Amino acid sequence: MATDFAFPDSAAKTAQARPDIASQPTTEFETEKMSLSMGPSHPSTHGVLRLQLELDGEIVTKCDPVVGYLHRGDEKIAENMTYNQFVPYTDRLDYIAPLANNMAYAIAVEKLAKLEVPARCQAIRVLTAEMARVSSHLLGLGAFGIDTGAWTVFMYTFTEREKLYKLFEELTGARFTTSYSRIGGLQRDVPEGWTGRVNEFCDQFLPILEKILAMLTRNKIFTDRTVGIGVISKEDAVAYGLTGPNLRGSGIGVDLRKDKPYSGYEQYEFDVPVGTKGDSYDRYLVRGEEMRQSVRIIKQVIAKFPGGPWYATDAKKIFAPPKDKILTSMEELIQNFMLVTEGPQMPAGEVYFEAENPKGILGFYVVSKGGGVPWRLKIRSPSFCNLSILPKLCAGCLVSDVVAILGSLDFVMGECDR
Amino acid sequence: MSDFFFQLHPVIQGLIKGLAVIAVIFPIAGICSMAERKVSAWIQGRPGPNRAIPFWFAWVPVLGPFLQRLGIFHVMADGGKMLFKEDSLPGHVNKFYFILAPIVAMMPALTTVTAVPFGAYFDPAGRTIPLGLAPVDVGLLAVFAVSSLGVYSLILAGWASNSKYPFLGGVRASAQLISYELSLTLSVIPVFLWINAPGTEGTMSLARAVEFQSQPGFLGGTWFIFLMPVSALVFLISLFAETNRLPFDMAEGEADLVGGFHTEYGAFKWGLFFVAEYSHMLIGSGIFTLLFLGGWNPLPWLSLGQFAALLHVAHLPLAVGVLSIVIFLGKVLAMIFFFMWVRWTVPRFRYDQVMKLGWQKLLPLAIANLLFYAIAIAVIQK
Repeated sequence: MATDFAFPDSAAKTAQARPDIASQPTTEFETEKMSLSMGPSHPSTHGVLRLQLELDGEIVTKCDPVVGYLHRGDEKIAENMTYNQFVPYTDRLDYIAPLANNMAYAIAVEKLAKLEVPARCQAIRVLTAEMARVSSHLLGLGAFGIDTGAWTVFMYTFTEREKLYKLFEELTGARFTTSYSRIGGLQRDVPEGWTGRVNEFCDQFLPILEKILAMLTRNKIFTDRTVGIGVISKEDAVAYGLTGPNLRGSGIGVDLRKDKPYSGYEQYEFDVPVGTKGDSYDRYLVRGEEMRQSVRIIKQVIAKFPGGPWYATDAKKIFAPPKDKILTSMEELIQNFMLVTEGPQMPAGEVYFEAENPKGILGFYVVSKGGGVPWRLKIRSPSFCNLSILPKLCAGCLVSDVVAILGSLDFVMGECDR
Repeated sequence: MSDFFFQLHPVIQGLIKGLAVIAVIFPIAGICSMAERKVSAWIQGRPGPNRAIPFWFAWVPVLGPFLQRLGIFHVMADGGKMLFKEDSLPGHVNKFYFILAPIVAMMPALTTVTAVPFGAYFDPAGRTIPLGLAPVDVGLLAVFAVSSLGVYSLILAGWASNSKYPFLGGVRASAQLISYELSLTLSVIPVFLWINAPGTEGTMSLARAVEFQSQPGFLGGTWFIFLMPVSALVFLISLFAETNRLPFDMAEGEADLVGGFHTEYGAFKWGLFFVAEYSHMLIGSGIFTLLFLGGWNPLPWLSLGQFAALLHVAHLPLAVGVLSIVIFLGKVLAMIFFFMWVRWTVPRFRYDQVMKLGWQKLLPLAIANLLFYAIAIAVIQK
């Protein structure tokens, strides 16, 4: 079910919003254009994005994004290590939501091995992915706040993220780079009482989320800054390959969790929020609503948390045996030794899997020639595709609008540059 | 004591007054910068600065930890850092104007303080004698004339930096400050129309405005914020714009212009801009208090004289003077708190929206307000 966002005077606003600035008549004066290199080190380019702007006064006439300042060659690195060794590298893709990346990668490789993980493992993965989504959207919201000058929103969202990080730390041992998934299972089962604490977090989080959103949603200055700014039409959104909240903000309700359910998403009830006009404000609203829906999913997962094994117990050549067995039993010791040295054994073949990550669709294309190392691993990163629309969005707007648009696109350069 | 002071050579008197200004403005601005950090922390639900403490003070039992938690010593740490940091001078700047800009920023800030009366006492004859460093009769005019020079510092800083972000910041600052000065000036004219009734001696003195708000009777004791709410509103909004505070901090706008006009500045030169901004806020709040909030009168319809009589100190000039200064400073600091409250609550306008607000909303409003009061006053006072 799509949530329709319609506000009293929004239509009129959009109609008269930007043409006054975008299509100012050219005067007889010859004005000199100024080139401004925004980034790679700039407070609002969220990392190391560089925008080569061409300015006519305050109006941006041309915007040329330069990406690649954070390129680490992740895809090539993947070819030189076993499948499990690459899991920490997926943390560094969208480092705001590493748990979701871990899951997407693990499912992709499991699809190659035609391996089905138990229900408990799937549930834990969904749970952590949705928590990662909340954490990612909180940061996106806070950063958007800073970009429009509202610092306090950022601090409020970070207080909530800190609580999430405490939970992540308890689960995975790391706050930031979680590396939680393994091919065929997880790093470890959830600690005792952890799901209860997640539930408690959700209960106290919802009212705070409403408070945070209330600071911006009806704020006159905020709506002035975002309504009608950076409008992406439905056609453009599809043509430029946008995904995630940026696509849904433009009114296209594509959400892989609904359309191509994986990891048991079909069991949970949630709505896919969709915007109406595709401006920065709609993208902000979509993110806000997605957080509510994520909390809804988290609560459902916890309510019917399945028991049983938390890793694929029958996949002896893929998932390592329990530690106590390794130290006492010869067979398990050899099995573990082979896994560590050779990697999880995959059949030859190729597979593409994409998951609905907080930033959009994260896809892994894995080509295997058998053995424990991928022959080729291609990553389809949502941020890279989402940024491709920047030249079109930024032309004709003001310098301050560029910042608002960047904030509303919510990208991560670690993922874009890989 | 005071006799001794007045017997000194006028030049020495002036020097002492100048030193007094610096000795007052710098610490208050420093405390404001700390208060800004602490207030923002309260608003954002975090503890804020609470670490710095000199080791010898940490031994003081209750007071030490309390002041530490308040963050008092961060003022000194901040100031010391700014003073002793390397004062770098980028190679690409125009050195003369680059160094001149922060000096030009400080000059109007320090000069205008002298024209603002900050308290009053009663002489034996019962007349109110305002306390001020330079009791100029043109009062407000002098303040406006000098403080508008402040825009030169931003333009100079922007252009002399020879760099693109400061340049944009400087251009924005000049346009914004000039635009809002109009509404600022127009908004106070009704107050002086009201004060300068036909037949009385014309004055632009700020102390006179306060005296007007301390008269007996219902209308006499009413503060101008109640008599002229629109004037007060326009003045307040223009003040935010003139002092470059959020939501109008176009010239700095760290989200898009990194640091705006002071991107290339560091250490003490940057600190001077900072102090100048707070001084402008202090002076602006002071003028707002004097014109619209009854100056040193504690409450509407309760003048300083009545209040002093209630406390039985009306015959002690020193006590009344201190009392009036405390009341006035209290109001000014409350205004500063309001500035901070707004800054940490609302997002930032876009540059063209600031311009539109200034020219299309505030200026017509200020003119309409002026016309309304001109006619109203003419009808009432005929």
